[in-house]
Parts: sequence; structure tokens; C-alpha cells
Amino acid sequence: MTGFLEFLTGPWEYDFWRRALLVALMSGLVCGVIGSHVVLRGMAFIGDAVSHAVFPGIAVAFVLGSNLVLGGAVAGVVTALLIAVFTQNRRLKEDSVIGIFFAASFGLGIVILSTAPGYGGSLESFLFGSILGIGDSDVISVAVIGAAVLLCTALFNSRFVATTLDREQARAVGLPVFWLDVVLHVMVTLAIVISLQAVGNILVLALLVTPAAAARLLTDRLGTMMLLAPLIGAGGSVLGLYLSYALDLAAGGLIVLTLTAVFLLCWLFAPRHGLLTRTRRTDVPALATALAEEKS
Amino acid sequence: MSDLVLDVTGATVLLGGREVLSDVDFRLRPGELVGLIGPNGAGKTTLLRTVLGLVPVHRGSVVVGGRTPRQAQGTLGYVPQRHEFAWDFPVTVEGAVATGRTHLTGLLRRRTARDREAVAEALDRVGMADLRARPVGELSGGQRQRVLVARALALRPRVLLLDEPFTGIDAPTQELLSTLLTELRDEGVAVLMTTHDLAAATTLCGRLCLLNRTVVADDEPAALADTDIWLRTFGLDRAERLLKALGVTG
Repeated sequence: MTGFLEFLTGPWEYDFWRRALLVALMSGLVCGVIGSHVVLRGMAFIGDAVSHAVFPGIAVAFVLGSNLVLGGAVAGVVTALLIAVFTQNRRLKEDSVIGIFFAASFGLGIVILSTAPGYGGSLESFLFGSILGIGDSDVISVAVIGAAVLLCTALFNSRFVATTLDREQARAVGLPVFWLDVVLHVMVTLAIVISLQAVGNILVLALLVTPAAAARLLTDRLGTMMLLAPLIGAGGSVLGLYLSYALDLAAGGLIVLTLTAVFLLCWLFAPRHGLLTRTRRTDVPALATALAEEKS
Repeated sequence: MSDLVLDVTGATVLLGGREVLSDVDFRLRPGELVGLIGPNGAGKTTLLRTVLGLVPVHRGSVVVGGRTPRQAQGTLGYVPQRHEFAWDFPVTVEGAVATGRTHLTGLLRRRTARDREAVAEALDRVGMADLRARPVGELSGGQRQRVLVARALALRPRVLLLDEPFTGIDAPTQELLSTLLTELRDEGVAVLMTTHDLAAATTLCGRLCLLNRTVVADDEPAALADTDIWLRTFGLDRAERLLKALGVTG
């Protein structure tokens, strides 16, 4: 028992660990909340695009030595707006536009980064995260931006829901659907930016999508889903971080794998929608009647 | 003239440069229940969307209760076709109906007693009060249609527009909706619905508007016995079958 307590409290003596834990918690929370909307609206691909789109901003901030979170946020918002504008052209489907812009911004990011001497190492930390190397000012940016995203989501939540449920009706009653899309895209961008340092550019999509998808399997209520997703996100991130400490393996990867394990457990055992629970609940007499009816 | 809730005069509407509606004249008064009839692609849904301010008028005018369609947005009850709605969204019947009033609530304000009352009343009227806590994904086609009607009624509108409310629903729901629309008409609500169900339309509606790019005829069902009108609306093949079904020709 003391061994386990030591395992829990052991890493707390390090400043870098406390910062990492805070950032993991905050990223998991914010991504879980905003990820619920991403999953329900089927915009995971947009999340993927934005996570790549913030890359040139981070690269510029890195080369100039300014705040990475801020640089990423600016680039992400610009790309989100570009996507929103270009999709107004009916000849282009949204996924093509997104594909074009996220590849382009990623390319731009690599070019910018290659102007900095010895960029190989920093490239790796951008791609896969460097949660143990987070500074104090980053923790503060993450906390402030995260709180802003949560507050904004609370304000706009019912409008996001109305728009996702039925865009036509939302437009018909005069809700500003375009601007609500822009707000949601900006929220997604900010959630991604604050999580980048935890798991990196490539893996951040997992933080956004996996906890929300797992929560969706557990409930048929949005309110519950938006509580469960951040719980799973934050819990999984912290657990992944501890595993990384115990096993001395890559933190970003372990966070994502922990979340994926939670998702798989939900997929198998969720009370109503789980694969195994569904099979067990199948009503055999009813099935037999249905089959007999089909034959006749 | 002032009691018109809807006044469409010489309206021409373009979609992607193509003229979908030309020179449409149409009027709707409180307490009227009107069926909008026409073949696929006749512009029925486009006419509804124009009234809702979702499509601009190219020529002519559309006046909704003395205002432009854009100004009148948020006051009309609208029941779109069922496939417009994301039925897999984790929301209850009550939650879905409440979204009909979202645009009335400010960002910082919560739902008021008035909102809850309107939602409860709407659920009651469509006979879904017992299923208020059911996730919408578990509903049948008829129940889904009733949820969409309740969402429109939650606004307590003076004008109700319905797009194909009778398509793919069971007989009990069709009966319930017919009774409900008649009640609303008697309360002074102006109801306009598109439908393919001519039999239902002739018994239910006090007036039928036959549309094919423009208004071919607009009168009481009994006054529409002229075969030529139906031919011009639907073309030869379908008109013959429809007329037989309606008993206009023997």
C-alpha cells in the first residue's frame, strides 16, 4: 500500500511533473467538453485539419522566441476562417478545402521551422509533445485559454445544439449559423492549441475525439456526455502520465493509448450500446418470432 | 388586405441561376388551412424556404405579416422534412422541442417558466407528453414527425409551414396531425403544408394551391374539377392516375 502511495505522490516533488499534471488535466477537460460537439457534428476531420494548421504559427513563434500557444492560436484561427470562407463556394466540398489547407499549413510550418538551426529535435517535440518540458508561462496560458473556452462553450451551448440538430431550422429562425460555426471552429482550435504541448500535433486528435466518442457510447443525453467526456479525458491523461513516469516511456503516446483503452472498454461494455451488453441482452424468443414472421 | 399573414406577389426565385419559381402569386389569411400540391421539382419546398427568408426573391415581393421574410425570421413555425434533423443526436424529445425556442433566449439567460410552459403545451398537443424523456433516436417515424411539429408549435406561431408532414407516417399519426392542424386552423393559425397525399389534402384543406414553377390553380378542392388544371400541373401520365384516384374523371 505504501508502495502505491509512493507511486502516486513520488513524482510530486518535481516542478516539471506538477506542471505536466496541470496541463494534462486541463487539456483533457477542455478537449472533452468541446470534443463532444466535434463528435456529434461529425467534424473530426476539421479537428485533424486544425491541429495541423496551428503548426506554422507555432513554428513562427518558436523561431521568433515568442509564446507558442499564442502563435498556434493565431494560425489555427486564420486557417479555420479560410476554410469557412472557401467552403462558401458550392463547387468545392468542405473536406477537399480542409485537405488543401491543412496540408499547406503543415508544409509551411516545416519550411519555417527548417530556418531555425538544429530544428530536428524541436520538430519531434512539436509532433509528439513534450509535456515534461512545459514552462510556467505556458501553464498560465493553458489555464487562461482553457477557462475562456469552457466559459464560451457554456454560453453558446444551446445554440450549438440547435445548429447541429437541424441547420435548416436554425437558419429559418434567424440564428447566425455561419458565425456560430466560426465560434465553434475557434473553440476547437483553442482546445487543440492548449493540448499540443501535452501530446503533440499528431496525437492531439485523440484527446479531442476519443473521450467524447467513449462518452457517447455511455449515454443518450448531451448533458451527461459533456460531463463524462472531460472526466474520461482528464482521468485518462493523468493516468497516462503516471504510466509514463512508472514505465519511463513516451508520455504523449501513453496518454493516447490510455484513452483508446477506455474507448475500447466502453465499446465492449457500455450499458446500452456496448457490443457485449447488446449481445447478452438480445431477447431470444423475440428473435425467433421475428425470424418466423420473415419466413411466412 | 391588412389581415394577410402572407402575401406573395409576382415572385420569381432563382437557384444557381435557374428560375425555379416564376411570377408566383399566393396569399394566406389567418384561420386558413392550405395544401401546396405539385410534382417533384415544382418548387414547393423552395416557396416555403423563400417565405422563411432562406432564399432571396429575385423579382416580385414576399411580405410576411407586413415585414420582409428576413425581418419575420423567428416568428414562423416551420416543420421541415424529417431527414433534415440529426436523429442520432443524444437529446430527449423534450430537449429537441425546446430547441424551437433557443433563438428567443439570450446567451446569459436560462429558460424561463414561459419557455417550459410552451414546450409542455406543444408536447401535449402532439400527444408526446408521455415520451418527453425518450431519446429521439428511439422514436418511430410517426413519433419523429410529431416531435418536429411540437418544436414548431413551441414558438406558438401565427403561421405554420409544413413540408411533407404526411410522408412515411402511420395512420394514427396522420389522423392525429390532421385533427391538430384543423384545431390550429380553428384557433386562427394560418397553416400551409406541401404534400403528395392528394386524398388527404382534398379532405383536410379548405384550399389547394397547385404549383408547377408557377401557380397553376388556387381554389377550394371542389372547384378544381377541371382536368386541364391537373394536366398542366402534373403532366399527362401522372395526372390521369391522380384524377382517377380523386374521382374527378370516371
